[in-house]
Amino acid sequence: MISSDIIFYGWQSLKGYRARTLLMLLAMSISVASVLLLTALGEGARRYVNNEFSSLGTNLIIVIPGRNETSGVGLSSMMGVTPRDLTLEDARALTRHRAVTRIAPLNVGAVEASWQNRKREITLLGSTHDLLPLRHWELDAGQFLPDLDWDRATPVCVIGKKIRDELFGAHAALGQWIRLGQNRYRVIGIMASEGRSIGMDVQETVIIPVASAQALLNTPSLFRIMIETKSRATMQGVIDFTVDTLRERHHGEEDVTVITQDAVLQTFDNILATLTYAVAGIAAISLVVAGILIMNVMLVAVSQRIAEIGLLKALGASRRKILLLILTEAMLLSLLGAAIGFIIGMTGSWGIRIALPEFEAYPPLWAMLASLLVALVTGLLFSLLPARKAARLDPVNALQGH
Amino acid sequence: MIRLKNIHRDFQVGDQSVHALDDINLQITAGEYVSVMGPSGSGKSTLLNLIGILDHASSGQYFLNDQNVTDMDEQQESRARNQHIGFVFQSFHLIPRLTAAENIELPLVLAGMPPNQRKHRVDEAMQSLGLIDRAHHTPDQLSGGQRQRVAIARATITEPSVILADEPTGNLDQKSGIEVIDTLEALNDKGITLIVVTHDPQLGKRSPRSLGMVDGRIESDESA
Ligand SMILES: Nc1ncnc2c1ncn2[C@@H]1O[C@H](COP(=O)(O)OP(=O)(O)OP(=O)(O)O)[C@@H](O)[C@H]1O
Ligand SMILES: [Mg+2]
Repeated sequence: MISSDIIFYGWQSLKGYRARTLLMLLAMSISVASVLLLTALGEGARRYVNNEFSSLGTNLIIVIPGRNETSGVGLSSMMGVTPRDLTLEDARALTRHRAVTRIAPLNVGAVEASWQNRKREITLLGSTHDLLPLRHWELDAGQFLPDLDWDRATPVCVIGKKIRDELFGAHAALGQWIRLGQNRYRVIGIMASEGRSIGMDVQETVIIPVASAQALLNTPSLFRIMIETKSRATMQGVIDFTVDTLRERHHGEEDVTVITQDAVLQTFDNILATLTYAVAGIAAISLVVAGILIMNVMLVAVSQRIAEIGLLKALGASRRKILLLILTEAMLLSLLGAAIGFIIGMTGSWGIRIALPEFEAYPPLWAMLASLLVALVTGLLFSLLPARKAARLDPVNALQGH
Repeated sequence: MIRLKNIHRDFQVGDQSVHALDDINLQITAGEYVSVMGPSGSGKSTLLNLIGILDHASSGQYFLNDQNVTDMDEQQESRARNQHIGFVFQSFHLIPRLTAAENIELPLVLAGMPPNQRKHRVDEAMQSLGLIDRAHHTPDQLSGGQRQRVAIARATITEPSVILADEPTGNLDQKSGIEVIDTLEALNDKGITLIVVTHDPQLGKRSPRSLGMVDGRIESDESA
């Protein structure tokens, strides 16, 4: 029997039992599609976090007030729970290390900004001249905070694009004075829309000198100190220096958490990769379930077609040929189901990418290959039993339908 | 051409043994037309299945075209069925989702013949059986007589040496029954060996040789 005839026969019987075929295709394609979609989501999450943290800057060390028991990122450190204040003096002490190229103390708060009669809530960021290059942010117009003594509370501000649009509309913003809380600040720069990072959209921030922010928010404590080092190799030295210096300054108490971008990134990367494998595994189980469904349906298919198999034997089909015919039919089914599932999965992840542009939801290559492979292998394995059952039928009994 | 020597076929039903065929000795030469008659349960179908290598003897020997069928393995049996034997069943046994032409070509497909060679043969068979305008109809669009003629075309498509028909007119009205028998006899006229199991004495009388079976034995073997 030539292969095109074998495939034709399988195709004919799939068409002949339409409801059965559609059901199996559904099961198979949902499984394959869910593997692709879930891994695409996992992968998207991984890339998202990766991008977010990469945008922090390079060779970056972040000092967070509060000691975190398990080193790395913990909830309390991210939320900035403060047991002992981190001060501007602390930050200044850290500039003494040779390998420190830039340092940006950071203050954060929420205040109301207004210009003429327009108002809105904004995120206030108090920092220094170094913040811009340290974070690789860019200006859209004007200039950034002046390179002055950190203690000088100059009444200037740099605003995000969105804030400019909402407060000033069509008016020119540069040189205007806006009111933040009780004080007035002159707009000297506009941030480009690009700078994004975890939980902070530069477009909706107003940046003022750190001393001004401390006065405005009425607190001497810092939210973060960001340190940029000369190179990757010098990072550990700076970390040790930071920990030592701050312990000394805080009366022997180690009450800060020092994290690096790499550590954070690695942690998230590991978590999300594990998560992706886990969901892929769960989805793969659904493939095996689909395989069991295929087995059951093929068993029913064989018992529905006992007389036909008897006939094929009477017409000269050997056991091997019957086996081949039934397996081919099951393989066609799995192949078709996998193909449909593949299309649904790819279209679905494309849809996710359209809906969430910052989420690069591409199913990873290994997931594509694995889902197709598992679909075909389960299809084949689980149809072996029904195919053998068919092949072993006694032709005389089979012709009588039992 | 067909030679059965001391053939027994026992069925085990529970702890009871049924002798469906009881020491059958039979010889049929090429081109013969033999009818097999006898009461229900006398072993007619069992005999036909055995000749068609669908069933195996419990003991005894069977030679088909001087080949010892008893020694064949499963693959050889399948090939022998495909090449030498054509079955015509009472209930037609056509595959409902395939067209008449596709049903007819099935033995050639199983034999591995390429499509272009099959087409010619199928066309010819349908032509000679008056089925050419029904080629693309499925079985449910055909009358009983037409279905049985499709089955006959399928049985003859590999040019077998023998046609085994187990009550081929059993599901047909008298007129189409006669047509089917005429068709089979016409094939026999061209030299194909024909063995027909029938309950109808009228049909039984038409063949030159007639076997009468009772309780698994051939009680009478009459030649006109
Ligand atoms: N698979 C089987 N298992 C058990 N007994 C069987 C089997 N096949 C046939 N028999 C028995 O063998 C005997 C002969 O059966 P067979 O079908 O050959 O009769 P038949 O002459 O064709 O009858 P009918 O005219 O009703 O078709 C019967 O007694 C039947 O019960
Ligand atoms: Mg019978």
